[in-house]
Formats: sequence, C-alpha cells, structure tokens
Amino acid sequence: MLHQYKLNGFNIVLDTCSGSVHSVDDVAYDIIEMFETSTKEEIITAMLEKYSDREDVTREDLEYCIEDVEELKAAGKLFTPDTYEDLAGTFKERSGNVVKALCLHVAHTCNLNCSYCFASQGKYHGDRALMSFEVGKRALDFLVENSGSRTNLEVDFFGGEPLMNWKVVKDLVKYARSIEKEHHKNFRFTLTTNGMLIDDDVIEFANKEMSNVVLSLDGRKEIHDRLRVDYTGKGSYDTIVPKFKKLVEARGGKNYYMRGTFTHANPDFTNDVFHMADLGFTELSMEPVVGAPDDPASLTPEDIEIVKEQYEILAKDMLRREKEGKPITFYHYMLDLTEGPCIYKRISGCGSGTEYMAVTPWGDLYPCHQFVGEEKYKLGNIYDGVTNDALRDEFRSCNAYAREECKDCWAKLYCSGGCAANAFHASGTIRGVYKPGCELFKKRIECAIMMRVAENEGL
Amino acid sequence: MERIKTLETRNLCESAKNGGCGECQTSCQSACKTSCGVANQKCENDK
Repeated sequence: MLHQYKLNGFNIVLDTCSGSVHSVDDVAYDIIEMFETSTKEEIITAMLEKYSDREDVTREDLEYCIEDVEELKAAGKLFTPDTYEDLAGTFKERSGNVVKALCLHVAHTCNLNCSYCFASQGKYHGDRALMSFEVGKRALDFLVENSGSRTNLEVDFFGGEPLMNWKVVKDLVKYARSIEKEHHKNFRFTLTTNGMLIDDDVIEFANKEMSNVVLSLDGRKEIHDRLRVDYTGKGSYDTIVPKFKKLVEARGGKNYYMRGTFTHANPDFTNDVFHMADLGFTELSMEPVVGAPDDPASLTPEDIEIVKEQYEILAKDMLRREKEGKPITFYHYMLDLTEGPCIYKRISGCGSGTEYMAVTPWGDLYPCHQFVGEEKYKLGNIYDGVTNDALRDEFRSCNAYAREECKDCWAKLYCSGGCAANAFHASGTIRGVYKPGCELFKKRIECAIMMRVAENEGL
Repeated sequence: MERIKTLETRNLCESAKNGGCGECQTSCQSACKTSCGVANQKCENDK
C-alpha cells in the first residue's frame, strides 16, 4: 500500500507496509502513481506527453526510472503487500494478561475548574476523592504481580490534580523503589500536573524520580486564562508559568512536556506552541480538545480545516528553527524512522484495557483514564483483578485491523487503529472510528514524515 | 536513482521476526493522553 503526497515542496512516497519513505521528483512521482495499473509503454507515452517541454525527460531516462521503481519493488521498498492482518492479534495473545502500565488517579479533585476538562474538573462524573497510600500500594503490587516478564513498568500519577495528594505520590514512589530490585523491575514514573502546587519540594522530588513530567499550559495567556481558571474564575497563567520555568530549568535535560489543549477558541494553536517556545520551553505538545459535538469548546468542521493548515505551518516553522540551531520538539512530530517501533507495536492497538489500565482512588480498574466514570467499562479492581473478562477480550481484539474503515488506510501502522476512547465517545463503541481525529492524525504524520525528508535533504 | 531518494528506515517486515518484546512505552503513557500514536515510541528491544 502506497501513500503519495506533496508537501512543502517535497514529493513523498510512503510504502506503508515496509515503512520505506522516498523523496522523488515530479516524473518519478507520476511514474509510481501509474506503475501498478499501466504497462511500461503506457507510462512512457504518458510521461513524454506530460513533460514534453522538459529536455531531461527522454525515453531512455524514463526507462531507467521505471527500472529503479522495479528494483525498489523487488527489494521490498515499494508496493509491499499488506501481510500483517494475521499477526495483529498475536502480540496480545502471546502477552496473555500481562499489565505493564497504570494510570493512577491519585486525586479525583482539582484546584482548577477548567470547563473543557474531560474528567469534569477531576471528579470523573463522581465524587471528589483522594487515593490512600494503601490503595496505591496495592495498585503497585497488582502491577508487579501481573507484569510477567516485562522489566519496564510505567506509572502515571494523574488526576484531577495529583499534587493535591503529593505525600501519597511520594510515598508510593518510595515504596515502588523499595520493591523493584527484588522483582527485577524498573519503574518509570510520570507526573501530569496543572502546576498550581509546584514548590521546591515537588521540583526536587519530581526531577529525581519522575522519568517524565507533563505540565499543562495552553499557550498564550489570554487563551490559557480563558478556560484554565480557579474556582473564583481567576486565570492560572501567572501562577504556573514561573513554577514551570523553575521546574524545567532544574530538570537537567530529563524528559518533560509542556502539554496544552486547543479548542474552538484557538484553532490557530501554533501561536500557542510558539508562545511556549518564546517562554523558553522546548518539549511541546498540543492536543485537540476531546468533547461532545454540542460542546462550545469542541472543534467544528471548519476548525478542522484550519487546524490542518496549522500543522503545516508548525512543521515548516520547526524546520526553520532547527536550521537556526534553536530546535523545538513537538510530540506528534517525533517520528524516528530508523529506531522506531516494530511491526507488533504498530498493529496491536494502544494497549488500553490489556497492558494499560487506569486505577480510581478507591481501586477500581478501567481500560484507560478516559473510561473512568463509565460504569459499564469497569474491568474489576486491584484486589480481585480483572473480573470483566468479556470487556478485556473486547479491548484485546482492538487493533489496527479491527475496524473496516482502517483496512485500506495508509496511516494505520502509525496509529494502530486509533484511540478506543475517542472511538467510543464519537460512535458509542470502541470498534467505531472518530473521523475528525483520523483526519488530524493523518495530517500530523504527513508533516512528521515531511520533516524527516527535509532533514535528510539538509533542510 | 536520479529521480528517487530513499531514506534510511527500519524494515517493518524484518521487525516481525524478532519484535514484540513489549518493553517499549505504552502509547498513551506520555504526553498526549487523548489520542493514539504508536509511531513516535522508541524501540526498547535489546535482544
């Protein structure tokens, strides 16, 4: 399966199933487009006609180019057939019931009152609650017990706002560190925070223990303060930005992301990304809001078109910054073509409900943080384990080939079938498709691949 | 190949032979939390 597109002056041919990327000129682009449906002579005739004003396009030259295409096909770098469908379920079958990552909801409460919050101000449509140390400890034991031969175990301290339960977070990290050696495990912690309660103790501990910190900032002050407000309606920008700067400066190069959400109010979100760069942050992520279509914050079909243009603007500007020696990272444009994930990772789905689960403050298990509060999606709890086997099997069967709409999609080896929660919220079933999300995802991958092509050609 | 430049990429077909160790980061356990991208994860297979 091929995907051909033109972007930023580059003609790009992606051979989906081998992962090969080719940067070609106009003639080769057209030849490749015709290659599988036309004879050699038909291609040559069409090219000589189309490029009759070009001296370099001769019959001999076209024959060479067609030979090159044939060689690439023979080498498995063009027109590679899709033979992965039978493999799609095998990784999860082999993994059995292994769990390797937990999203710990240590606080179902928040000190901000952001109207667009998918977690309804941290409460997940339920009561406010904090996770006790005992529940968290049991969750970590559950993870170790169910992690099989996996070494790297991931735990995200999430909320609500996890810093509202900071002592428990610290105690849980200490507990995990005390047991990891004897079990031959390596815990990797992430802290996702709105920043309001960051102080020197948080900075020191997080920078020592957290593999990654995700810092919520929506960009420009007027954008950020529009929705990210406290319970008196006061914007949080002025409080958190100095704290984020201090934390990142002290982090010493360890992973972090400034993570924003953009809404109908700012489909021109690149200005917010650039604002974060102007503040001195370099590791950046901006995500489209997740909401019901009738939510005023949700992106409209018109917004989607603007956002797609914005992704192009962002990619081009990032190349400019790279050239000037002041690069920034955008989460969705991180695409390592040589050291990226294997085919199993690419086709097996996101892992929600199988290797990844969310834990509520009282110890219930859900397929991921976005399903918390949806009672019919409760998997079990950390004491009895997964008891809803049918639901786990439903998630286990989610992969890059599980949806009819994905079968002929060139991007499925990059999204692995997409986000089950987005599918559920858009269609009522995890086997559905969230089409606007697909459109944006494909545009992001096109931009990311274009950037690798540009870098390969010296920007 | 005057008209075609091929980038160096990981051969996905080959990766079927020794991939699937499961040690790489879970897709959502990073920055996004609201979409699914697997291609930006780094391979951690040390075998």
